[in-house]
Amino acid sequence: MSAADPLLAVEHLTMRFGGLIAIDDLSFTAARGEITALIGPNGAGKTTVFNCATGFYKPSSGRLVLSHGGRPATDEIDVLTESGRRWGITPAGPVFLLERMPDHEVAARAKVARTFQNIRLFSGMTVLENLIVAQHNPLMLASGWTVLGLIGARRYATAERAAVERARYWLDQIGLGDRADDAAGELPYGAQRRLEIARAMCTEPQLLCLDEPAAGLNPRETARLTELLLSIRRAHSLSILLIEHDMSVVMEISDHVVVLDYGQKIADGSPDAVRNDPRVVAAYLGVEDREVDKVEAEIAE
Amino acid sequence: MAIVAAAERPAVASRLAAALRDAAGTALLALGLAVPILALRIDVNINNQPILRPRWDYVAIAVGLAFAARLAHLLVRPTLTARTARPQPAAPTAVRARLGQALSLVGIALLILYPLIVLELVGQAGAVKWIDNFGVQILIYVMLGWGLNIVVGLAGLLDLGYAAFYAVGAYSTALLSENLGFGFWLCLPLAGIFAALWGIMLGFPVLRLRGDYLAIVTLAFGEIIRLVLINWVPVTNGYAGISGIPRPSFFGLPFNASDEGFAAFFGFEFSPLHRTIFLFYVILALALLTNWVTLRLRRLPIGRAWEALREDEVACRSLGINTTSTKLTAFAIGAGFGGFAGSFFAARQGFISPESFTFMESAVVVAIVVLGGMGSQLGVAVAAVAMIGGTELLRELDWLKDVFGPDFDPTQYRMLLFGLAMVLVMLWKPRGLIGTRSPSIHLRERRAVKAGLVKEGHG
Repeated sequence: MSAADPLLAVEHLTMRFGGLIAIDDLSFTAARGEITALIGPNGAGKTTVFNCATGFYKPSSGRLVLSHGGRPATDEIDVLTESGRRWGITPAGPVFLLERMPDHEVAARAKVARTFQNIRLFSGMTVLENLIVAQHNPLMLASGWTVLGLIGARRYATAERAAVERARYWLDQIGLGDRADDAAGELPYGAQRRLEIARAMCTEPQLLCLDEPAAGLNPRETARLTELLLSIRRAHSLSILLIEHDMSVVMEISDHVVVLDYGQKIADGSPDAVRNDPRVVAAYLGVEDREVDKVEAEIAE
Repeated sequence: MAIVAAAERPAVASRLAAALRDAAGTALLALGLAVPILALRIDVNINNQPILRPRWDYVAIAVGLAFAARLAHLLVRPTLTARTARPQPAAPTAVRARLGQALSLVGIALLILYPLIVLELVGQAGAVKWIDNFGVQILIYVMLGWGLNIVVGLAGLLDLGYAAFYAVGAYSTALLSENLGFGFWLCLPLAGIFAALWGIMLGFPVLRLRGDYLAIVTLAFGEIIRLVLINWVPVTNGYAGISGIPRPSFFGLPFNASDEGFAAFFGFEFSPLHRTIFLFYVILALALLTNWVTLRLRRLPIGRAWEALREDEVACRSLGINTTSTKLTAFAIGAGFGGFAGSFFAARQGFISPESFTFMESAVVVAIVVLGGMGSQLGVAVAAVAMIGGTELLRELDWLKDVFGPDFDPTQYRMLLFGLAMVLVMLWKPRGLIGTRSPSIHLRERRAVKAGLVKEGHG
């Protein structure tokens, strides 16, 4: 593993649904400031890893350590794990044990944002409203948990203006500046994908988890998306965890690729190393040499 | 031109034939329904013996009406939809916004002047009916509708037990004044707080439930409250109810004929109308407060989170919104306004019993919210006026007795007309009278969101 400074360390993650083992003792790290791609055939357990990392599923066993500052010492993490707390402050910075945190806390405190395989925008709200809702927690604080906002305090008005400014910035980034007042559900598909990313970015995440962001996009929209992701990473020192089937996207933008098959890691390394790994090729083609011999034998009979 | 006409004729003919076939099917269905319900009536003759009286004429009328209505609907609807589908020239947004503002100001001014206008038009004798039955009664339901709109319309949580919070408010006021001697103005906020606490108590266990399951549990909660009120006789006096609830005073001045009364203090001649008018202003103020708070909340993070929750709960959680506390606040605030309305109801009636808080009450309030268009303040108010005002109007239709005979009581057809109104709204305005959604914030211009894009919520 190349990662010198891991933002997210997945350690021995296992997820069982009844008798089915969706993820089996998976360990990998996502380095700070890098784009880590998670690939694998359909049903390999990629989205399950995402759901565990964002608190939507509670893993059967394993540890997911997210550290904001620098790399914390191993014994400090172990002390935190022993203490039973969900997060703690180490000399290097705050450390979060994601497997213990409920979904909204993962987003609000650990600063992990995500998008969904099937777009989940607030389609009946405008584009601008979608981006304002994403800034719920700081705005809630500024509105004094609604009380100050209700009596019209200036502090809330200022905070709302700042939220609108941030929304405007992201609208410009994704090229939807002129559609701020349209309903999100009215946007074309590609624009909805970009808006979902912008909405996630409005929560000011440290780690952005993208679940098949290029699914259903045409080549031009895909090119625009990769450009957007690269520019976001540059400008915001962001780390990205990416699930993607479009290999051109994966190979072009990721720094590090983890390959899953049947819930197990079969390869982990740079895009070039993974591309030439025979096990990855076999997993994607779905046939192993041994089986080819067997099929030929059956035909011969 | 001639070719076009010739081509259109067979199309029209085939459409007519299809409509006739469809209408005939509807008539057949109506016949099937009408025969068991209408065809035979058991009466009692002079000797107290049951006799069977056939009423085939009723069946014929019902079948004929169904046929005609279906045919008219099939033939008229395409033209109607064609007309509404045409894009309407939109007024410039700024002008429209200012127009809306002016209209709402005029509306509030009219409401404030309403008792005086009524007094001027019908005089003292007839004014009580118009101010109390139409004014106060409708405003109570407007307020209940606006309160429930927070839960159902904004947060998308279907609550079929809203009358429970209305009851909690009413009984809090009654019991506090009976046992501790509190006046109305002290009971009012306490009733709201108690109802809000009950909202949270209901909210906690049902938060895991969604959609139909949530609706059924809230319905059951409404019934539980009512059954407790009936059976906990030592406290609530059961079916007999609680009477002698103190009436609201005007800053300490009671509305009576005594020397310390309101009339004597201001040098008016005593009239029971003073209290009615005062009650009208109290409920108007309460309703406007509800509206103001709701409009304000919609522009705050909590209100936007409610609407986001209605649109997509999973996405909310991925953005760090605590959906549990967000749902609880919706329940609590909605219930709180229900409690205020209940407190006012108790003080206005002076007497309450569990009869006033049946499921019917919850159903009417939900119907008002759905008819008005979920989430729309104006729509809810219009629907309340139509439904409650409509019911009251039925009492006024005495001339129908001349047509249908002296036994005819138009108020008995109230539910039938509600049903008919619901069907019509479903046909022409499936998202309620005001189905579009007005965004809570805008960058350049406020554009209404089309009804089809706004979700109803899944609990």
